[in-house]
Amino acid sequence: MAEAAIRLEQAGYRRSAVVEWLTTVDHKKIGLLYYWTSIIYLLLAGLLALLMRIQLAQPDMHFLGPKTYNEIMTMHGTMMIFAVAMPLNAAFFNIVVPLMIGARDVAFPRLNAFSYWSFLFGSLLLWSSFLFGHAPDAGWTGYANLSSSRLYSAGPGLDFWNLGLQVLGISSIAGALNFFVTIVNMRAPGMTLMRMPVYVWMVLITAILILLAFPSLTVGLFVIMFDRYFDTLFLNPVHGGDPVIWQHLFWIFGHPEVYILVLPPMGIISEILPTFSRKPLFGAPFVIFAGIAIAFLSFFVWAHHMFTVGLGPVPNALFAASTMLIGIPTGVKVFNWLATMWGGSIDFKAPMKFASAAVWLLMIGGVTGVMHATVPLDYQQHDSYFIVAHFHYVIFGVIVMALLGATYYWFPKMYGRLLDERLGSLHFWLTFLGMNLTFFPMHFVGLDGMPRRYFTYSAETGWGTWNMVITVGAFVLGLAQVVLLLNVLKTMRRPADAPADPWDGRTLEWTIPSPPPAYNFAVIPTVRGSDAFWLEKYGDGHHDAAATDISERRKPATFHQDNPGHGLPAGVHLPKPSWWPMIVSAGLTAMAAGMVMHGTETLGSLGFPVVGLGALVVFFGLLGWHFEPAIEHEEAHVS
Amino acid sequence: MSHSHAQAQPVGEHTTTGISHNRLMMWTFLASDCMFFGSLIWVYFAYRGRYFEPPYPRDVLDIPYTSVSAAVLLLSSFSIVMALTALERADMRGFRGWLLGTILLGALFLGGQYYEFITFYHEGLTLTANLFGTTFFVLTGFHGTHVFIGVVWLLVQWLLSYFGKLTPAHVERFFVTTLYWHFVDIVWIIIFMLVYLMPY
Repeated sequence: MAEAAIRLEQAGYRRSAVVEWLTTVDHKKIGLLYYWTSIIYLLLAGLLALLMRIQLAQPDMHFLGPKTYNEIMTMHGTMMIFAVAMPLNAAFFNIVVPLMIGARDVAFPRLNAFSYWSFLFGSLLLWSSFLFGHAPDAGWTGYANLSSSRLYSAGPGLDFWNLGLQVLGISSIAGALNFFVTIVNMRAPGMTLMRMPVYVWMVLITAILILLAFPSLTVGLFVIMFDRYFDTLFLNPVHGGDPVIWQHLFWIFGHPEVYILVLPPMGIISEILPTFSRKPLFGAPFVIFAGIAIAFLSFFVWAHHMFTVGLGPVPNALFAASTMLIGIPTGVKVFNWLATMWGGSIDFKAPMKFASAAVWLLMIGGVTGVMHATVPLDYQQHDSYFIVAHFHYVIFGVIVMALLGATYYWFPKMYGRLLDERLGSLHFWLTFLGMNLTFFPMHFVGLDGMPRRYFTYSAETGWGTWNMVITVGAFVLGLAQVVLLLNVLKTMRRPADAPADPWDGRTLEWTIPSPPPAYNFAVIPTVRGSDAFWLEKYGDGHHDAAATDISERRKPATFHQDNPGHGLPAGVHLPKPSWWPMIVSAGLTAMAAGMVMHGTETLGSLGFPVVGLGALVVFFGLLGWHFEPAIEHEEAHVS
Repeated sequence: MSHSHAQAQPVGEHTTTGISHNRLMMWTFLASDCMFFGSLIWVYFAYRGRYFEPPYPRDVLDIPYTSVSAAVLLLSSFSIVMALTALERADMRGFRGWLLGTILLGALFLGGQYYEFITFYHEGLTLTANLFGTTFFVLTGFHGTHVFIGVVWLLVQWLLSYFGKLTPAHVERFFVTTLYWHFVDIVWIIIFMLVYLMPY
């Protein structure tokens, strides 16, 4: 009897735990949902890459046919950009940003949950294309007319791609709105813009980039959707339409997107290097303004992806010049990072290994970037493996490496535990070795003329040897990620005993327990300068901490906060869990799925009814959202 | 004016800038929406004049007719300001009246657009007739969708006011709606000038 009762209780507990995760509006939990979803997608899209590498290991292989290869290549690129790199960044926005600015949550907790569920459902819609045997196969750039005409891409593959990306775009826009308002509006007292941690700055810039760049993609996707579904003439050359219009729309989004992906990891590097060098970030304002300059310039370089389209010498020259300009602020960042490490007492813990390697890999990826900013060189390199090598050095070498470093760095704030250092070291060296073994030889075969996206090559080309090396490297890289999973499994078996400040950190997230309580800060801290926590611990290096500018101290800073009692500290109201964000996301995705169905022969008649049903769910979901109080006992405050 | 809005914020919401979260988000969203309409208008201009088959713009566009519907939409920007000031004065009768007027003006604009689309359709200008049809209907259609969303949003708030869910305490929330409404009006002025008034 007693045993049964306990079992019932456990079952009940488990059910309520599931409900808790489904309805959570806590930024820390949403961050973990983002994190694990995108890590799983990283492994899945990585497996797709391994399939491609098996196919390319030797000349004239027939492991995958051309159709399957195109599908796998397209899904690898699309998922890695939109369902791995972006949401993995969003995971750390969620886990870290409110803690770094001394806030109890984001500005719109339910909108935050909506962003996650839209990301999950939208990406599942995209993945589901494999189940229906029609994965998209036009490359991640989906060039017209291949993507816009049913003549060239029959079947629903490109519809999955189009509508899946629309849902993911809405998720990103909602997330960007949320983090923009959170950072601008929810900083702890005393945290002026120039006292914000550099990571928070980079997230702010990224949010602005998302808000200004994604609409162009949305319009481009609408253009393709109208051409595919309603026979409009946007990209139809027979009636005067110009397929290059899509390229412009895509790259006006696509180039800022590169910086949407890379600026937050640059912010992560700017946090990890000072912590493990025990020095402030060298020239922090320059790093911040370099980020702003990169973001600004990123809107004026898109046609460097289109040098071979034939826009003419004048546009090509202008875009070559603006592209090379971006090298300057990027160089500023690299030199500032090097100067940060210069003369520091460096401790090469796992986060530091990843972050400093990312600086080095950024230099390789950046130098090749400047190379194909040169138009005549680009004519040679365009659509070759040299380009593939370049963007993998940036996307894997900088973005993924920095985010893996962030995993080791902030794991105490995620789970209250420190990841195993020896396994972390093994993970790093295997990843670093595998990544260079995979992507460096791509420069050679690329310069030798091996085109990207082809499913095979002949033996006379002589590319077989290097391709075998690349494939071996890819498997080392894949295997290395198993070490990370083992490390997490091993660490999670240990008790959650990480101290609040395991790295002798500099920013506010290290002032609160690991993992942080639901309300984050029992008392909102008052910030007296950059590197707020370091300042409190050690002073500014010139004066005694206690003697620094008392006039600036409006309230005594409260940095050591053990909540003495149980429950919530007085005056703290936590946002209420809610089902509505998930319901609205589901309605939205149903609308997208209905459109996909409309494009098929078998389910075509069901398409628009499903779209209508989805729209109703969205409408009533939003009504429910509106009527539900956001905070417990909100009615007591309002009206 | 902004002071009275700030006071109407829910208790407990302290913001760094003093601007409410909702208002800041709406301004930010509108910046993003600018890029959306900017891209659409750019596509329209990229194809301007590349119309291989009739009907051409001068065959179908009826400037006096659309001027009237543009005036109707502009007038709604005035009535929504009146609704907002009524809400600030806690004059619920005035608020509901001006709000209903705004809704009707918005609906009248949408009806006018529907009639215009039907007329064009009968004159041979369809979504697939030529690039003018394609770009015109998609550009003005997306603007119409924005107006439609605005009308539904206002209608919901009008109904809520009868159930005590929209009171003078919610003036900040309503202010955010008016921002959206004005934006949609301004976009129409731009589209009207660029699509209708610029000679072909």
